Amino acid sequence: MNAILRPISALGARALGFLEFIGGMGYLFRDTALAAPRSLLAKRGRRLGWQNLWAQMVRVGVRSVPIVILVLFCIGAILALQMGPILRNYGALSEVADVISIATFRELGPLVSAIVLTGFAGASIAAEIGTMVVSEEIEALEAEAISPIRFLVVPRMIATTFMMVCVAVIGDLTGVAGGLTVGNLVLGIGGHQYLTHTFNAIELRDFVTGLIKSGVFGTLISGLACYLGLGVTGGAQGVGVATTRTVVLTIVALITVDLLFTTTFYYFGW
Amino acid sequence: MPNSIEVQGVSKKFAGRLVLDEIRLDVVEGETLVILGGSGSGKSTLLRLMIGNLRCDGGDILVHQTKSLAAMSAAELDEYRKSIGVLFQSGALFNSMSVADNVALPLREHTDLPEETIKIIVKIKLELVGLREHADKMPAMLSGGMKKRAGLARAISLDPKILFYDEPSAGLDPVTSAEIDQLIIDLNRKLGVTSVVVTHEMDSAFRIANRMVLLDQGKFVAAGTAEEMRNSRDPLVHQFVHGLAEGPLTDRRLAGGYVVDLLGAE
Repeated sequence: MNAILRPISALGARALGFLEFIGGMGYLFRDTALAAPRSLLAKRGRRLGWQNLWAQMVRVGVRSVPIVILVLFCIGAILALQMGPILRNYGALSEVADVISIATFRELGPLVSAIVLTGFAGASIAAEIGTMVVSEEIEALEAEAISPIRFLVVPRMIATTFMMVCVAVIGDLTGVAGGLTVGNLVLGIGGHQYLTHTFNAIELRDFVTGLIKSGVFGTLISGLACYLGLGVTGGAQGVGVATTRTVVLTIVALITVDLLFTTTFYYFGW
Repeated sequence: MPNSIEVQGVSKKFAGRLVLDEIRLDVVEGETLVILGGSGSGKSTLLRLMIGNLRCDGGDILVHQTKSLAAMSAAELDEYRKSIGVLFQSGALFNSMSVADNVALPLREHTDLPEETIKIIVKIKLELVGLREHADKMPAMLSGGMKKRAGLARAISLDPKILFYDEPSAGLDPVTSAEIDQLIIDLNRKLGVTSVVVTHEMDSAFRIANRMVLLDQGKFVAAGTAEEMRNSRDPLVHQFVHGLAEGPLTDRRLAGGYVVDLLGAE
């Protein structure tokens, strides 16, 4: 009997745990959405809110720009090297620019930038908030009648969402630059010809859908990091566990959400 | 004197385990009440219930004889929290801010005071705890005792009516511990605040307490003045207050089924 019930019970517990996680995330997003206007517009604490937001933007976005540039440049170059010989066989070498620009603007720019930001922002937010939980700082905030959501989560979520969009634009352009460099130096495609193909291939909707994705990715990265950071238990070990879970869960969530977006855009013909 | 806080039959469970069992006690306005108890006695949980960071599973806590903590809305709870100050065991300073910014934070968040006035108030509060010259230091640069004093300066920044201290002497050397105790006494006298101190350090408790309450395994054991507790004939109170190695507390631990645990059967 036990042998039959045990796996069912374990499955049920996992399902309940998953629902609790989704519910908790839902509450966090709701509370953040309610607290955001006060955090940004209220007179009291205004100076602090803006200072905090600016500091988070620098931490999350500005510092991750060099890594995003390096990674997306390499991806653009790799794509050009992989696609060049195949397209040359079909007599369509210059189409390399079309493939790279669409792939970068619609997919790789936002997704790869988000994965870099997960390592940069997600892990550090989870570790920072987790450490604050362990050192009683969150409890101290509550005891001072300062909402941790308004004080900690709102600036981090706004900063990550906004900077994710900015970083994705930089990533898009860098990916094209990587393709252009290899296309010109290795494949022998003229720079002017490459850019003409790129501008002809890219439509506004490719750019906009990429930006929409980036915004959602930013919210997801910061939301998961804050949620898992606030849920830390068990001291320093708990902080480590939360940081690892943040990186793993965020990357899984990013790719799942990306699939949902791409499927939706595909069916609507965007 | 009226009661500042009335703890009325409060119970609290964690994961089905009863941590506090129908605790009743009063905190009289202007007094320093020390809540004593060993590790796991539920004294820190009781403090967290009194500051509104946890909610009771049974019973209620009345503040200023009228307001029920259990019935307070989030906004009312925030108003109550603005009227109290809490010194956490570790000091709980915000590590990303300087000492001065830590003290200024409640003022910036909850008042419309201009920045110049806030800076003056911060200096006054830091002077009260003897840290004025360390205002610009980051918490990581402070010793344990200085962190607690900075935490205390932050706790009194909004001129609270009630101050809560969670293990104020824990982890401090005897001299620093005595300094913190003197600060608690001075703040109580100078500012006229009501103080609730959770500790298991008896030297410290005898220095600062007007009254003491002893908890054991989540249950109320005894209450009285320092003198009454010192002279208590209750064996549990006697053992705890005098820090004896033998008595009901240690007997209970030794009778905890060690032989069964070791040999696997009786």
